[in-house]
Amino acid sequence: MGFVTPDYGTIFWMLIIFGIVLFILKKYAWGPILKALKDRELSISEALNSAEKARKEVAGLKASNDQIIAEARREKDIILKEARDIKDKIIAEAKNQANAEGQKSIEYTRQQINAEKMSAINDIKIQVAELSVMIAEKVIRKQLDNPKDQEKLVEDLLKDMKLK
Amino acid sequence: MRSFLLIIFAVFLLGGISRAGETTETNTEGKPSGVFKPGKFVIEHVSDAFEWHIATFGETEISIPLPIILYSSNKGWNVFMSSRFHHGKDSYNGFRIGSVAKEESNDQENSQEVKDKYEGKIVEINTNGEVVGLPVNLSITKTVTGIFVSVIVLLLIFLNIAKSAKRNVNQAPAGMQNLFEPVILFVRDDIAKPAIGEKRFEKFMPFLLSVFFFILINNILGLVPIFPFGANVTGNIGVTLVLALFTFFVTTFNTNKHYWKEIYNPDVPWWLKFPIPLMPIVELTGVITKPFVLMIRLFANMLAGHLIVTVFVSLIFIFAVKLGVAGGLGVSVISVLFSVFMLLLDVLVSFIQAYVFTLLSALYFGMASPDHH
Repeated sequence: MGFVTPDYGTIFWMLIIFGIVLFILKKYAWGPILKALKDRELSISEALNSAEKARKEVAGLKASNDQIIAEARREKDIILKEARDIKDKIIAEAKNQANAEGQKSIEYTRQQINAEKMSAINDIKIQVAELSVMIAEKVIRKQLDNPKDQEKLVEDLLKDMKLK
Repeated sequence: MRSFLLIIFAVFLLGGISRAGETTETNTEGKPSGVFKPGKFVIEHVSDAFEWHIATFGETEISIPLPIILYSSNKGWNVFMSSRFHHGKDSYNGFRIGSVAKEESNDQENSQEVKDKYEGKIVEINTNGEVVGLPVNLSITKTVTGIFVSVIVLLLIFLNIAKSAKRNVNQAPAGMQNLFEPVILFVRDDIAKPAIGEKRFEKFMPFLLSVFFFILINNILGLVPIFPFGANVTGNIGVTLVLALFTFFVTTFNTNKHYWKEIYNPDVPWWLKFPIPLMPIVELTGVITKPFVLMIRLFANMLAGHLIVTVFVSLIFIFAVKLGVAGGLGVSVISVLFSVFMLLLDVLVSFIQAYVFTLLSALYFGMASPDHH
C-alpha cells in the first residue's frame, strides 16, 4: 500500500513549492493584508475615541451653555429690578417736584391774590373815601339845617360803612 | 460569512458530483470487459499517478500527460512526458511503470515483495526487460500538479486581496477581500492570539495563515471532481508530512530556554529522571509525536473522505453488476444521496481540518516559548 509510505518525490516538490509560496505570501500578501487590517482597526478605534471625545465636549458645551443662560437670566432679572427701582424713583421724584412746583405756584397765586386784594382794598378805601366825601357833601348840602338829624345821619352812615 | 462560503461550495459540489457520477457511468458501461473492480477504482481515484486520468471511453483513455523527471546513475537525467508510457503499457528509454504482472516473471522474489518494491513505481530495465533498479524519481505527479494548481489559486486570491488592501487604505473591504477577511480575522483572533499570546502571535501569523489557507484550498479543491482540481493533495501523506515538518521546524527554531528545560530536566521527582531518564524520553517523544499526529490526522481525514465518496459511487456499479441495470439505477438514488451527504460532510471536515491543523500548530508555537506563566 502506497498510502502510508510518503513518496520522496512528492516531499521534494512539496518542500520547494510550499517554501516558495510561504515566502511569496509572507512578503507580498500577509504583510499588506495584516497591516491593512491593523491600520483599519486602529483608525476605527481612533474614530470611536474621537467621537466619544466630541460627545463629551458637546455635553460640556451644553452644560456651559446652560450656565450662561442661567447667568443671563439672573442678570436680566437684576437689570429689570434696577429699572423698576429707577422708574419708581423717577416717578417719586417727579411727583415731589410737581408737588413742590404746585405748592410754589399756589403760593405765588396766593401772594398775587393777596396783592390784588390789597390793591382792591386800597381802591375801595379810596373810593369809600371819595364816596364818604360825596355823601358827606350831599348830607352836608341837604341836612345842614337840623344838627340832630345831621348827627343821626352821620352815625347811620358810619354804621353802614363798616370796614373790615 | 463562513456559512455563506460553505453554501456556495456545497451548491457547486452538488453540480460537480452528479456530473462525476455520469462520467463514471459511461466509463464502466463503455468498457468492453464490463468487469467493474470497485477496489481498483477506489484506490486509483485517491492514489498518486504519473498521469491525470480524466475518463475512459471504450479503449481510449483520456488523460493529461504529466512530466516524468528521473535520475539514474546509468543514464543520468531523463525528462519526458508520461504519455510515452501509453498508460503504463509500454516502456520508454529503459524505464517503465512497475507492476506485479510484468516483474513477477523476471524476478525470483515472491509476488508480495515485488509488489511492495515495484508496484506503481518507475523502474529501470535493461534491454532484456529485466529490472535493474529504481531511478531517483522527481516526477511531477498528479499530486504535485494538484499542489501547483492550488498554489496558483492561493496566490491569485491572496495577492489580489493584498493589492486591494493596499489600495483601499482605511476603507471598508469589498469583494474578495470582504469574503476572506473574516476568515483571516478568525485565524488571527481565535487561533493565533489565544494560543500564542498577545505579544508574540504576530511573528507566526504569516505561517499560520499560509498553512490554514493552503490546507483549506487543497481540501476544498480536492472535492471538486473536474480536471484541474480533484487531486487528493491533503490526503497524500507526503504533503502532510512536509506541512508537519514546517510546523516542527518553526516550533523548534522559536523555543526558549524554558522549553528545553521542560524536556531535558522537567520538574518531576528525581527518580523519574535518574538512573533511567524516563521523563526526558517521554518529553522528547512528545516533540516528535506532535508533528507526527498533525501529519496523520490531516492525511487520514482527507483520505477517508475521498474514499467514502468513491465507495458510495462505486456501490452503484456493484449493484448494477449484481442486480442488473435496474438495480444499479435504484441504488444510484441512495448512493448519490449518500455521496452528496458525504461531500457536504467533507466540506465541513475540510474547514475543521484546516482549523485543527492551524490551531494545533499555534498551540505548539505557544508552548515552545512559555513565557506567559
